[in-house]
Amino acid sequence: MSEPVLEVRGLSVDYGYGDDAVHAVVDCDLTLRRGQVLGLAGESGSGKTTTAMAAIRLLRSPGVITAGQVLFHPRLASAQSRARAVDVLEADEEELRSLRWSEISVVLQSALNALHPVISIRAQFDDLLEAHRPSLSPGQRLERAAELLEMVGMSGDRLGCYPHQLSGGMRQRVMIAMALALEPQVMILDEPTTALDVVTQREILEELMGLRDRLGFAALFITHDLSLLVELADEIAVMYAGRLVERAPAASLFRAPRLPYTYGLLHCFPPMHGDRSSMEGIPGSPPNLRELPSGCSFHPRCAWAMPICRQKTPRLRDLNGSGRAVACWLHSGEVAIPAELARADL
Amino acid sequence: MTVDGTTLTQIPPLAGAGAEPIAGKARLLRLPRSPKVVAGLGVLALFGLGALIGGWIAPYSPNATDEAGWVQHVLVTGTGPGTNLAANYYPLPLPPSPAHWLGTTVFAQDVWSQLLASTQATLFVGLLAAAIATALSILVGVSAGYLGGAADEGLSLLANVFLAIPGLPLLIVLADYVPSAGSSILLVALIIAVTAWAYSARVLRAQTLSLRNRDFVEAARVTGEGPVRIILVEVLPNLIPIVAASFLFTTLYAIGAYVAIAFLGLAGSPSSSPPGLWNWGEMLRQGFANNAVRGGWWWWWAPPGICIALLGTGLALLNFGIDEFVNPRLRLAGITARTARKAGVRLRASLGATPVLRRARKTSERAGAG
Amino acid sequence: MRALLRRLSVYLVAAFVALTFSFLLPRVVPGNPVAGAVARASQSGACNAQCVRAVEEQLGFDVHTSLLSQYVQYWGHLAHGDLGHSWSENAPVLSLILSYVPWTLGLLGVATLMSFLAGTAIGVLLAWRRGSWVEWVMPAATFFQAIPYFFLALVLVLVFGQTGTMLRWFPSLYGYDVYSDTPGLNLPFLFSVIGHAMLPAATVVLASMGGFITAMRNQMVTTMDEDFVLVAAAKGLPTARVVWYAARNALLPVVSNFSIAISLVVAGQILVEIVFNYPGIGFHLYDALGKLDYTLVQGIFVVITLVVLAANLLADVVYVLIDPRVRQAA
Ligand SMILES: Nc1ncnc2c1ncn2[C@@H]1O[C@H](COP(=O)(O)OP(=O)(O)OP(=O)(O)O)[C@@H](O)[C@H]1O
Ligand code: SF4
Ligand SMILES: [Mg+2]
Repeated sequence: MSEPVLEVRGLSVDYGYGDDAVHAVVDCDLTLRRGQVLGLAGESGSGKTTTAMAAIRLLRSPGVITAGQVLFHPRLASAQSRARAVDVLEADEEELRSLRWSEISVVLQSALNALHPVISIRAQFDDLLEAHRPSLSPGQRLERAAELLEMVGMSGDRLGCYPHQLSGGMRQRVMIAMALALEPQVMILDEPTTALDVVTQREILEELMGLRDRLGFAALFITHDLSLLVELADEIAVMYAGRLVERAPAASLFRAPRLPYTYGLLHCFPPMHGDRSSMEGIPGSPPNLRELPSGCSFHPRCAWAMPICRQKTPRLRDLNGSGRAVACWLHSGEVAIPAELARADL
Repeated sequence: MTVDGTTLTQIPPLAGAGAEPIAGKARLLRLPRSPKVVAGLGVLALFGLGALIGGWIAPYSPNATDEAGWVQHVLVTGTGPGTNLAANYYPLPLPPSPAHWLGTTVFAQDVWSQLLASTQATLFVGLLAAAIATALSILVGVSAGYLGGAADEGLSLLANVFLAIPGLPLLIVLADYVPSAGSSILLVALIIAVTAWAYSARVLRAQTLSLRNRDFVEAARVTGEGPVRIILVEVLPNLIPIVAASFLFTTLYAIGAYVAIAFLGLAGSPSSSPPGLWNWGEMLRQGFANNAVRGGWWWWWAPPGICIALLGTGLALLNFGIDEFVNPRLRLAGITARTARKAGVRLRASLGATPVLRRARKTSERAGAG
Repeated sequence: MRALLRRLSVYLVAAFVALTFSFLLPRVVPGNPVAGAVARASQSGACNAQCVRAVEEQLGFDVHTSLLSQYVQYWGHLAHGDLGHSWSENAPVLSLILSYVPWTLGLLGVATLMSFLAGTAIGVLLAWRRGSWVEWVMPAATFFQAIPYFFLALVLVLVFGQTGTMLRWFPSLYGYDVYSDTPGLNLPFLFSVIGHAMLPAATVVLASMGGFITAMRNQMVTTMDEDFVLVAAAKGLPTARVVWYAARNALLPVVSNFSIAISLVVAGQILVEIVFNYPGIGFHLYDALGKLDYTLVQGIFVVITLVVLAANLLADVVYVLIDPRVRQAA
């Protein structure tokens, strides 16, 4: 396995302050490795966006980070100097600014709103390059912008356009091109294709993966569509009600989920290829963060819930030697694991 | 019947709102909690009370002259005994005293009594004009938005034309020509309303337009309800916050307009025939015309001006409250600089650097691994 | 272009309505001004039929022909720039107004521009540093917004004006020193004009800025919630650039609502001119009202309306220039 480039340790995020606070993310650990794709999945409202945005300190006003570390490991200058890691949570505004986009870039769900509506594409590229690459001349910036557009399959003469003149797919391509402009090591993709139709979705994802192979950036890919992740991601992390509940290599997680929740998720989206017969889904709806059920917050919806699930919160534990972790009392070694959750890893 | 309360009462994005739907009465009752709204309501209540009981608590008639207490006249320097000129006097108003709390005018009339009488008339005309203008704007705006097509084109044009023509000059010409405008409250209010309805009509039209295509309106249409009924039952109730905001805004405008034309002497004077009403603008006009500023007689001209400013601020505060209610983004959520400082964190930009406020971790939050 | 043409047509209709209104009002409302003018003329000797005729002519009234033909005649006169004759000044209304307009436009233009720029900047700042002490500017802005222009003018005269009783820093009457200055291109006159404009301009700026502050601040707060502002911050752009991304977009609705602002500022300016005896169009409107010079009142109404419509059109052109979506929908 390659080295970690972004490590999230014990991250907790609240919305609001004091007694009104909602604990949107609790004690979250994630490791993104160089050149890999880490998928982050979970139902709507489970805290995926909150986790990712908090990791780069972009959460909006009522959001507060209450605990944790987010370590970014810069590129190795030379073999022996293991470069110092930067803790994003300790960084001041100046450090954040130099880290942003040149090391970590973001693509949001809706490119319609991510591009400035009344500033031309060209000027938006220009602002970006001017801020981070002051040595480039205006002509070179223009050249670079055109080159980037071509990289995502658009013609360079689209630079003169305004966002409203582009289709949804094109806008998202522009955003991706922009995200690549400074050759960052990490790209955060927050549901980058959900607003698009299926065909465009496919095209853009394939392109994105091609670019990943060529440029070698690592990606944190957020989606609620697990079956999509199976095709893209190296590793998948699943969130429920603000907590990380299962983490495993993509193929293992897909074939052999260990957690009742993951099992349910896998059965509510038809996989893109193959078996479409079993779509059971999960009964009930995601919990309100203000009134979380006691113990394992999934227990009201869990088919295998036990008395202990109501009382104590299971902690994310590594399963021996398999490179995966799960937070569920079924895997504490004290009860028999149901057959559905005990399939062989590969 | 349990219709989804969200869709029914949600205000369409006035400025991109909609994140937080208005959930019926519970939220309406929350409105008065904002300090702005409380302050605004307080000011309004004060003036309302003054207008209601002003007639009883006023110590004098606003027109009565205090012959006895009046320091009659002051000799103009350079005239009278010792000079060749015949003695020439000018009148002097009385400064505030126990007998006259706010002093007197140059005509020895009690300013406090005039202020009370003026408050009543000013509020009444302002509210009346705003009511007429609001009714007009609902009529035009909602019909234009709901009917669409040629009716919309025509009504929108009407509103835009009235919006483009400058209000005060139009008001001046109208008030100047309409004979005895000053002596009829209704006429004054009507003239002000004519220049005041267009903006609200435009806002209401836009809102109606976005409501028209909502499911519940479509549903009513499909079940064959008539347009009048749909407008009254389905559309109007959803416009209430916006109508309320525009009513406040229009009242503010109407009071300003009334005071302005009264200041210009176009709304009738209490001393003309038929007599007009005492109002803040008239008080300011008399003060201005009689050199109250140059004479340093602040007690005469300052109170009406301060009243206008206070009442205006009260209305505007209330309006802010409603704005924040309609568009939740305007409400301040989360950490203010003060709470952050208390927590020992420096909070600089409001965007782009999420604060890290480490909280002592409670052991209960880390569950044991069983 | 289509958007502009559409707005232009609204203004044309508005101009037509205002001019027609100005024609109809004295003719349909009882108490026609001719009687007043005849009465005035009679004071200096009996007014015979010929004299009445002359008065009617002067006022542009011809009660002996039909309303329609008077109306046609009215437009004919307008087309030649003939707004009638002012009896109180004994001069053509148009040339009188042309001599008033520079005072008003100069003061209004400079004051409004300053107020708009400063108000917008403060509004941006208020939104950006929300939750800090700057929040206290809002109630102050509201208060200034609620004060009538002429009251603020009176306060400024009291405190700073030479006819006031306190500091006596600035002249507070007329547009220049009417006793000692010769109007023209000479330095003393220019300084005198600037000095005399200080208080009126300060009044207009102070009273109108609150509106711009509130409008911009609310738009900014709403815009800052948009993704593109977050992305601008995510891109690591300098803070000033991120603020600009938000302000650039927040400006659009403020500019598109400019017509309301113009209307209010013009109203305020009229009152301010009256308080300061400032020789602009607003003061002369008041003056003409007092002298019952209806021709002049009417002419001024027409000109103010046309100027305001032109300003609206200008604001629309600016809007089209700053919003590519409208520009390209053309
Ligand atoms: N500004 C806010 N104030 C209070 N709570 C918030 C705020 N923003 C988000 N939340 C809550 O935080 C939780 C996590 O939200 P988040 O956006 O991270 O979910 P998500 O997993 O990204 O969902 P989705 O798939 O819908 O994007 C949700 O329950 C949401 O209600
Ligand atoms: S801990 Fe209990 S309730 Fe939670 S997922 Fe496991 S079995 Fe279900
Ligand atoms: Mg999300």
